[in-house]
Amino acid sequence: MKIFIGGLKAVAQTVANCQPQVISAYPITPQTHVVEELAKLKSAGKLTAEYIRAESEFSAASIVLGAAATGVRTYTATSSQGLLLMTEVLFNIAGMRLPVVMTCANRSVSAPINIWNDQQDSLTVRDAGWQFWYAENNQEACDLHVQAFKVAESTQLPVIVNLDGFVLTHLTEEVDIPEAAKIKRFLPAYRPVEFLNPQKPQTFGPLVGPADYFEIRQELHEDLIKSQKNTLQVGREFKKVFGRAGNTLIDGYKLADAQIVLVSFGSVIGTMREVVDELRAKGVKVGILKIITYRPFPTELIIKALAKAKIIAVVEKDISLGGQGILATDLKAHAGQKLKAPISSFVVGLGGRDVTKETIKKIIKLAPKATTTAVTFVG
Amino acid sequence: MKYQSTFPHLYNPGHSACAGCGEAIAIRHLLTALGPNTIMTNATGCSEVTTTQYPLSAYKIPWLHSLFENAAPVASGVLAALKQKGLTKVQVVAVGGDGATYDIGLGFISALWERQENILYVCYDNEAYMNTGYQSSGATPLGAFTTTTPPGKNSEGNNLIKKDMIGLALAHRVPYIATATSAYPLDIQAKAKKSLEIVGPKYLQILTPCVPGWGYDPALTVELSKLAVQSGLYPLLEIINGQFTKVQKIKPVPVTEYLKPQKRFAHLFKDEAGQQVIAKLQQIADENIKKYNLV
Repeated sequence: MKIFIGGLKAVAQTVANCQPQVISAYPITPQTHVVEELAKLKSAGKLTAEYIRAESEFSAASIVLGAAATGVRTYTATSSQGLLLMTEVLFNIAGMRLPVVMTCANRSVSAPINIWNDQQDSLTVRDAGWQFWYAENNQEACDLHVQAFKVAESTQLPVIVNLDGFVLTHLTEEVDIPEAAKIKRFLPAYRPVEFLNPQKPQTFGPLVGPADYFEIRQELHEDLIKSQKNTLQVGREFKKVFGRAGNTLIDGYKLADAQIVLVSFGSVIGTMREVVDELRAKGVKVGILKIITYRPFPTELIIKALAKAKIIAVVEKDISLGGQGILATDLKAHAGQKLKAPISSFVVGLGGRDVTKETIKKIIKLAPKATTTAVTFVG
Repeated sequence: MKYQSTFPHLYNPGHSACAGCGEAIAIRHLLTALGPNTIMTNATGCSEVTTTQYPLSAYKIPWLHSLFENAAPVASGVLAALKQKGLTKVQVVAVGGDGATYDIGLGFISALWERQENILYVCYDNEAYMNTGYQSSGATPLGAFTTTTPPGKNSEGNNLIKKDMIGLALAHRVPYIATATSAYPLDIQAKAKKSLEIVGPKYLQILTPCVPGWGYDPALTVELSKLAVQSGLYPLLEIINGQFTKVQKIKPVPVTEYLKPQKRFAHLFKDEAGQQVIAKLQQIADENIKKYNLV
């Protein structure tokens, strides 16, 4: 059903339509609209989940961990400081193979304290064993949440769906909210394999020594890599049922014959599309590689997509302090040796600094001569 | 090879707790009282490390260990899931040591109490972070040796008073609050069972002597446990909806009887400064006797 609605309110209604059974969250700007909308839906009788107001994000994450381990569908949401506060629990949830779904409204990280959008928060915890997905717009944000529950439950690996704070979360635009009835056809009831059950007692979270820990972590890693197949499969199913593209791990825009390729993720892709159209009209062969799934890193697809590029400019709203942009680093590490083009790292938009068409045009101008061994900041 | 314990216990032998461990006694009796229709969340600490060394487990109930701080909120999540499933008769118990309870997990417990959830929280109190090598906690008594409060030229051991968790529980209006100790296992069972009759949060704190941490002969666990109570330093109480329903009456013994057999207090007997700490401990015991009507 298409309505004119704020980004996180659309996400909240979508999540409610997915019928989670236990929700717990703690408010933090700019995620607050989702916890407030869910509270509204609960008090209006439109949400049957247990909704627990936690006293911190660490607690909220622990509550959904306990609920997921008891075999029900769970959901939480956070940003920035809250995400970092629950870092311990994130590793714990993934390590215990619990299919929690989380929304992260991407926001910068203190200090200095700043409530506006960048992508530092989510990338800081990319090693935790969760699947990381990034939405370009609010329609995609809603659609990714629906797929997230299905992929998480079929892979026993949790999923974080990311959308840019304020830029998307507080943007009011037309969104087709996936309907509950259609979601029910697409997303079966959760049937956990193992869960806390007095009829079949099991021990979760034992102490594992050097003799066994290694292979358990290896298995987690390999399952995360394999989850790409599940994501693509679920994405295809999503398209059949809802008529819109599902998660294809990556996407390209005017990529096929592009000589200069911008690699990026999140809402900035929208701005880039307009710039690419303008420059293409002037004969500049520029294109975009959009990353939708960041973890597991879709290396093979990326290598294919960038095979013909002459110049690669990675554009992102984050920095591994003392290093380069995190996506740039990942791209070089995973695919760099198989790609002919030099890869340069551009950092934009930190702390909500507006990323305009001029910013992107400047990067495209700088890209051919940009250094590959250090970051270029474009504020 | 799949090994199945032949015992009917819910907490089985074969775990690696020390000979004479007070906590092992407490948890076994706790689970005997709670029965098999129980889900337990457990904080990091001796209780988890000694019992679930992969691929073996001592537990015959569904059991989950997450992190050091969060046995309480994990239990809240378990309870919420059970409610969604319509399984309201399953008991949920969260267990943590004094480290998890008094210190790193305190805020989480406060929130569970605020939410008034029907969950039993059991603190096995050995008065320090014993699992990691006897470092001090908020439960460490005045004057005790721990590896982070070692006595020396400038110190008589721990210089802080043990935190009052019972007072905290009362301030949170916890409907069932009780203390117990390893020496009286049937009392542990009775209190665990009684707590289940109350709907709402319950707090059971059990003094569990620690052989290496306190420094004593393993055969003395029960005797020391009794002396803690008889000295007045560890009153055994039961408080339901703010009313004292059980108070273990004592024939008070001087605190020195309790302190002397433990290496962690040995330094207090060496000089005048130590004697002053012993006097302060006696004062605490006397105040307890008066406050809780122990005589």
